[in-house]
Amino acid sequence: MSQHGATDLEHQEHHVVGPKVYLLIFFALMICTGLTTWVAFIDLGVLNPVIALAIACFKASLVVLFFMHIHYSSKLLKLTVASGLFMFLVLITMTLSDYISRAWGLW
Amino acid sequence: MDSPAIATVNGEMHAEAHAHPAHLRHHFETVEQQREAASFGMWLFLLTEVMFFGGMFMAYLIYRNWYHAAFVAGCNTLNIWLGTINTAVLICSSLTMAMAVYSAEKRHKKSLITYLILTIVLGLAFLGIKSVEYAEKFELHHVPGPNFSIEQFVHPTNPKAVALAPDMAEKTQVYFSLYFAMTGMHALHMIIGISILIILVVRAFGGAYTDGHMTTIENFGLYWHFVDIVWIFLFPLLYLISRYR
Repeated sequence: MSQHGATDLEHQEHHVVGPKVYLLIFFALMICTGLTTWVAFIDLGVLNPVIALAIACFKASLVVLFFMHIHYSSKLLKLTVASGLFMFLVLITMTLSDYISRAWGLW
Repeated sequence: MDSPAIATVNGEMHAEAHAHPAHLRHHFETVEQQREAASFGMWLFLLTEVMFFGGMFMAYLIYRNWYHAAFVAGCNTLNIWLGTINTAVLICSSLTMAMAVYSAEKRHKKSLITYLILTIVLGLAFLGIKSVEYAEKFELHHVPGPNFSIEQFVHPTNPKAVALAPDMAEKTQVYFSLYFAMTGMHALHMIIGISILIILVVRAFGGAYTDGHMTTIENFGLYWHFVDIVWIFLFPLLYLISRYR
């Protein structure tokens, strides 16, 4: 007996992302690349790495959302990506907090 | 437990008699469900890749903190323009890959093959530029190991550069080790990607992926874009954030 009925909610039509969106994202990524190289030559002190990484995060978000179709994907896929990023941040935070606190009081 | 009544409640009698596309595996209800399961699996793989590269990013973060002066000196030996061009090349290859996925979706065999080949060419261009950069590292004795030379960091020729003490200058090896580990693993991913692309092109010539079943192309697209994202982070970290001004 085949199973059906329960998954009928997943019958939505697949969203096809077209060349217009791809070209728009492509130009945005190119502009951001020019921008990040340009900013690298300006002395902003501690802000230089912050701005460079902010631009990188923005570019990566554009790629994930549009080139990798997450913007148009189901909640399951959105949650998968979000949980992966969250896990990554947890690992970084815990490693850094260990690293910072290991020599606590010895300086 | 499942009864025909459920099917009639939905008003659709698409049981065994339903005409399925040949590529729909029997354990999936619909093509859309199969597609989603494939994407889900691919994303889980990409998350393990995030963890893999994440370890190296973590090492970079901590060592940069420890040996900041050495990392600044090391960063400034890289050619920022080659890095920028390579970033642009990779973004172009991501666009052509996205267009390949679109072509497969629209079942255009010719444009699918064209875009896949363009992606291969751009990937090879990236690796070509990268190999020019690697060759320069060998010439300048910037490859960690017995031939590594701290000369340029102790007595810099660049007037903006700060001369490092010999012990700190030795730590530029840590920077270059991370440089080679991170860009090397990224380049390996590119090489694997290009190898798979060649197989995809050969199969696409045989008519694959334009018959409505394009999971392979879609998932490979995800992989290729992921490799692009890794470079989007490597570029500022290795080339940009410590330039002399």
